[in-house]
Amino acid sequence: MRYLPHTPQEIDAMLQVIGAGSLDDLFGTIPKSCCCRLDMDLPKALTEWELNEHMDELASRMAVSPEYKVFMGAGSYDHYVPASAQYLTSRSEFVTSYTPYQPEISQGTLQAIYEYQTLATRLMGVEVATASHYDGSTALAESLLMAIRVTGKKKVAVSRLVHPLYRRVVQTYFDPTGYEVVELPFLQNGRTDIQALDSVEDLAAVALQSPNFFGCIEDLTAADKAIHAKQALFVVSFTEPLAYGLLKSPGSLNADIVCGEGQSLGLPRSFGGPGLGMLGSSMKYVRNLPGRLVGRTKDVDGRDGFVLTLATREQHIRREKATSNICTNNSLCATTAAVYMASLGGSGFRRLAQLNHDKAEYLKKELQRAGHAIPFDTPTFNEFVVRFPDGFEDRYQQLLEKKIVAGLPLECHYPELSDHYLLCATETASRTDMDSLVKEVGS
Amino acid sequence: MNKNLGTTGLILNEPLLWEKGSKGRTGFSVPESDVDASPLDSELVGDGPDFPDLSEVDVVRHYTRLSTWNFGVDTGMYPLGSCTMKYNPKTNERQARLPGFAGAHPLLPPQLAQGALELMYKLERYLDEVTGMQATSLQPAAGAHGELAGMLLIYAYHKHRGDQRSKIIIPDTAHGTNPASAALCGYRPVPVKSNENGVLSVETIEAVMDAETAGIMVTNPNTIGLFEDHIREICRVIHDKGGLVYCDGANMNAIMGIVDMNEIGIDVLHLNLHKTFSTPHGGGGPGSGPVCVNDKLEPFLPVPRIVEKDGQYNLSEDFPRSIGKLDTFHGHFGVMIKAYSYIMSMGAAGLKKASQLSVLNANYIKERLKSTYHLPHDRPCMHEVVFNDQNLQAYKITTLDVAKRLMDYGFHPPTVYFPLVVPGAIMIEPTETECKQDIDRFIEAMQQIAQEAKEDPELLKSAPHRSKVRRLDETTAARKPCLAN
Repeated sequence: MRYLPHTPQEIDAMLQVIGAGSLDDLFGTIPKSCCCRLDMDLPKALTEWELNEHMDELASRMAVSPEYKVFMGAGSYDHYVPASAQYLTSRSEFVTSYTPYQPEISQGTLQAIYEYQTLATRLMGVEVATASHYDGSTALAESLLMAIRVTGKKKVAVSRLVHPLYRRVVQTYFDPTGYEVVELPFLQNGRTDIQALDSVEDLAAVALQSPNFFGCIEDLTAADKAIHAKQALFVVSFTEPLAYGLLKSPGSLNADIVCGEGQSLGLPRSFGGPGLGMLGSSMKYVRNLPGRLVGRTKDVDGRDGFVLTLATREQHIRREKATSNICTNNSLCATTAAVYMASLGGSGFRRLAQLNHDKAEYLKKELQRAGHAIPFDTPTFNEFVVRFPDGFEDRYQQLLEKKIVAGLPLECHYPELSDHYLLCATETASRTDMDSLVKEVGS
Repeated sequence: MNKNLGTTGLILNEPLLWEKGSKGRTGFSVPESDVDASPLDSELVGDGPDFPDLSEVDVVRHYTRLSTWNFGVDTGMYPLGSCTMKYNPKTNERQARLPGFAGAHPLLPPQLAQGALELMYKLERYLDEVTGMQATSLQPAAGAHGELAGMLLIYAYHKHRGDQRSKIIIPDTAHGTNPASAALCGYRPVPVKSNENGVLSVETIEAVMDAETAGIMVTNPNTIGLFEDHIREICRVIHDKGGLVYCDGANMNAIMGIVDMNEIGIDVLHLNLHKTFSTPHGGGGPGSGPVCVNDKLEPFLPVPRIVEKDGQYNLSEDFPRSIGKLDTFHGHFGVMIKAYSYIMSMGAAGLKKASQLSVLNANYIKERLKSTYHLPHDRPCMHEVVFNDQNLQAYKITTLDVAKRLMDYGFHPPTVYFPLVVPGAIMIEPTETECKQDIDRFIEAMQQIAQEAKEDPELLKSAPHRSKVRRLDETTAARKPCLAN
């Protein structure tokens, strides 16, 4: 086996040094009663070439662009990624190193993460951002637990327009804690009903997503006032960070904690993971932040350098009193996001955001023109809800046969929204493809 | 080759991203628009993020230079104990990048995602087979997330039986994440000590296990690199009082094809695909921490679960006792592809051989270094061996100094000061992918460093000398945090 370098002679020589007669003898300290494995029943080992063939076959049974036209976002977005981004983050010095415990020989990872943290603060409009989390949903769960630590209160409110799968993950994290999650309903315009807060007391945090799950841009200015009047922390979640190329950032609108998913920033969708959990806040909460942080410092010769810092918050020091049990971050994903943000630059990020908005607006208007209802009239970014005619489900299935995925049916997450579909168009959606979608869905 | 691997070379300085570039440059090919511009309500529009504008060449040089300041497994031996820094096969990267996988939307209807679902379903079965457990969920995104999953499962089990408990036993050899994960479920950790042999005694567990205790979190092989030889009896004690046994499988690399975890009494075990199953660590992630369970805990596994019928794969939510979802979609699928490719490349015999050779390498280092470095537990080890700095104290040399000096010799240092039960611990895990020559070279470096400690201790105290930066001021970094520009 090409990953196992030992020759039989070397094995013998090493066994001799150890004083063992055979490889099996090395396991002599394991009681006989524990050594009970017969041979594992696994497929026969493949050569590199057989593996290629096998994996090509598996991958061929997936519906992906360009063969399929997938007009679906809902937390996972199709964006062009420069070849340079994938190339750079494939460098094995980034890929095959571990957590930078030894900063002297990990400055590449450390500077890259420090730069990621900086770009992330500028994107979210906050003062400090962590070195990253698993994904948008766990970043939200950790943000809400953080708000509970900060305020000492035990209840949080989460809008129903936060990604339904994020809300389920929050519920999983909260179930054993005894903390309560209340849901805020939404209005007919596709925004959260902030007034519903009036009847809820003693909240640690209120979480909104903007753009929300329906693609609608929330009124964060109004939310800021209402939430802070309740002495709760204002948490803003996101699934599409590219939106902040165009929109005001949540931090600039007074959000206390901003968190979300960074997959759009140069990461492949990869059937949902790995993604990038982004999380930031103002500096006053820095010692309550969950997860890794990289800080700038000097070495003994006065040269600039970077280290992991504020570790006293973390599990390996604080153990059960830690701010989180998270042990690492999604470091390579954060590095990829930094390369992507650096490649676009401020100017490119703005242009790309505008282009996403324009594409989705085109599709929205064309569908409207073809007679389909756009039930929520709030401005959207690159996805939106459309109501197709009653019984559209059959047509949806027929379109799958034609290699078109006409958005995400919303009924399974919102039972009251039958025939409502969430559609997405990014810069990768051509006008021709959008026109043919409009034609195929009929009227 | 007797020459020291460590050397100096031309490494280039590189400023921070925003100290480069020029407004108006770009490293991205923005597509021409084929639709009308559609201005957004100006109330909502902001200024856009203040990112530096760089050309593609600026970006490429920047990250290429940064990368050269890093040490990775591809650079050299990385014997970081407890982290299993084995070689990361390159073919696995190719497979994960296949457009059918990399381009797949996670919410595709199952009939359009059969390739990914089949891969995940089979990987679950293979992990069942490697561990001996009954069922696996791939959702946990990392080791600590797998631990949390394990705790949530135990919590849900007791809750379902109307027997909620308040405590959990955690040995002093546990990973720091264990108590933090338990605390998320409201369990109060009950610490227990390992005995003079570095393992747990049955009596110690008997003395603390009661009807208020949910179970135990045990790492086996443990963090001293020893197999918990009383594990069967310990599991029995826990089960007799209605508790469950969680095993931290971070050290599974020692025992693939050798120990059946289900058979010895483990109820739930997490694996680290980025350790045992060769997926790269990526500078700290993404990893993947699947959780494997026996029949008692299967009904509680996260949803959706992948189910198979007549060769067709589907996602099912129909598990009413499930703990729910652990991440947005299916977990770190990109990492799963690499672990699957590894298992397919190794086969059963290859995996067992990997475990045997990892144990061979560790014991060989133990035998050859034990006359130089103090070995607190002189018994056959598993895949890692723990020394400490006791023999060097006379020269006022610490574990940290040895670790820093190793860099000058061209090695990544071992894990240091962990496990906590061994003061000044030097925890060496060579893994099976290191060849005898490289291990010999590492041993010689360690011996020379011990010699230097006697003859020229200052050389160690001021190490490293050949790295891009030298020892960094971590105290000021924490006192006056500078976390962003």
